[in-house]
Amino acid sequence: MSDPMRIRAQAQGSGAVVRVLMSHEMETGQRKDAAGKTIPAWHITEMTAALNGKVVLSGEWGTAIAKNPFTEFVVKGAKAGDKITVNWVDNRGDKRSDEAVVA
Amino acid sequence: MKAPALALAIFVAVPFAHGQTNNAPSAADGIAQYRALLADGNPADLWEAKGEALWKQKRGAKNVAFSDSCDLGKGTGVVKGAFVELPRYFADTKRVQDLESRLLSCMEAQGYDAAEIAATPFGRGEQVNLEALVAYVSAESKGMKFNLPQTRPEERLMFEVGKRIFYFRGGPYDFSCASCHGEAGKRIRLQDLPDLTKNPGDGVGFAAWPAYRVSSGELWGMQRRLNDCYRQQRFPFPGYGSDATIALATYMGVQGKGAVSIAPSIKR
Repeated sequence: MSDPMRIRAQAQGSGAVVRVLMSHEMETGQRKDAAGKTIPAWHITEMTAALNGKVVLSGEWGTAIAKNPFTEFVVKGAKAGDKITVNWVDNRGDKRSDEAVVA
Repeated sequence: MKAPALALAIFVAVPFAHGQTNNAPSAADGIAQYRALLADGNPADLWEAKGEALWKQKRGAKNVAFSDSCDLGKGTGVVKGAFVELPRYFADTKRVQDLESRLLSCMEAQGYDAAEIAATPFGRGEQVNLEALVAYVSAESKGMKFNLPQTRPEERLMFEVGKRIFYFRGGPYDFSCASCHGEAGKRIRLQDLPDLTKNPGDGVGFAAWPAYRVSSGELWGMQRRLNDCYRQQRFPFPGYGSDATIALATYMGVQGKGAVSIAPSIKR
């Protein structure tokens, strides 16, 4: 089981600024362990963000994204009280979905 | 033809080198700017959240939660303000303890083998949980000023021992903590080094740890930080939660009195 994301969503102007911190190893598959064996790739492949259930952002992620990635984006038209949901899927098929209310 | 060209190159290179030394503060500014950019999404938050859940969770063979059994110096289960008063003397263990060795004692009370956890390499097994707890406990004192108690003779002894370790020169390179951290304005490569013999300022030195290290993607507590200082000195490793590390922490904490803690912070 993966650890929960930290999502902060704040109303600002005519939208909301969303900051997401994900807990993920984001292993590239290029590194070797102490025994010289390749550490297999393990990273997020897809992320989506939804406003009240409607997808507003989607991305295909790869090995160039850092460990414990931080994402910040602006959702136009989001108001205080709206629900922001963030999902990710990794290359092992592991999934995570967390939500936050716009403050 | 070649010789004059070479001479010209050297001539040009010399003033450039001078320019670089003069520009040293701007490199530090660059690092400060980089840290400020990262601070907003500090992944230490993830450890904090995990630590908070762990603090309240019933664990171990005895099935007790830290929140119901662990006294960090401010009373059982009290976290707020505890970090900025550690290391301190604990009557139940009859030892001066820092946060990490105290958490280890609390784990022992939950039914864990403290010696085994202390011997576990950083970032494995229960050490992972310790990192999360350290992040959570320190975060609860964010913005508070360091104020280590020095009322007990044991605490004053630890300070004195820590001071001697701090000034103890040794190892193949023959230097002490004080060689690098004993006066202001020193640096290693582009990193400014805090003067740890006095309060180096808010959120600097002792007041900046635990921290998330971007380069390794790990959260380091003071124990791991000190372990790495010992490695740089080519000293034998001091042992997790050992009296030597606690003495050093007591020295730095007492000297840094009044500094505002920003832990868990973010480091390059």
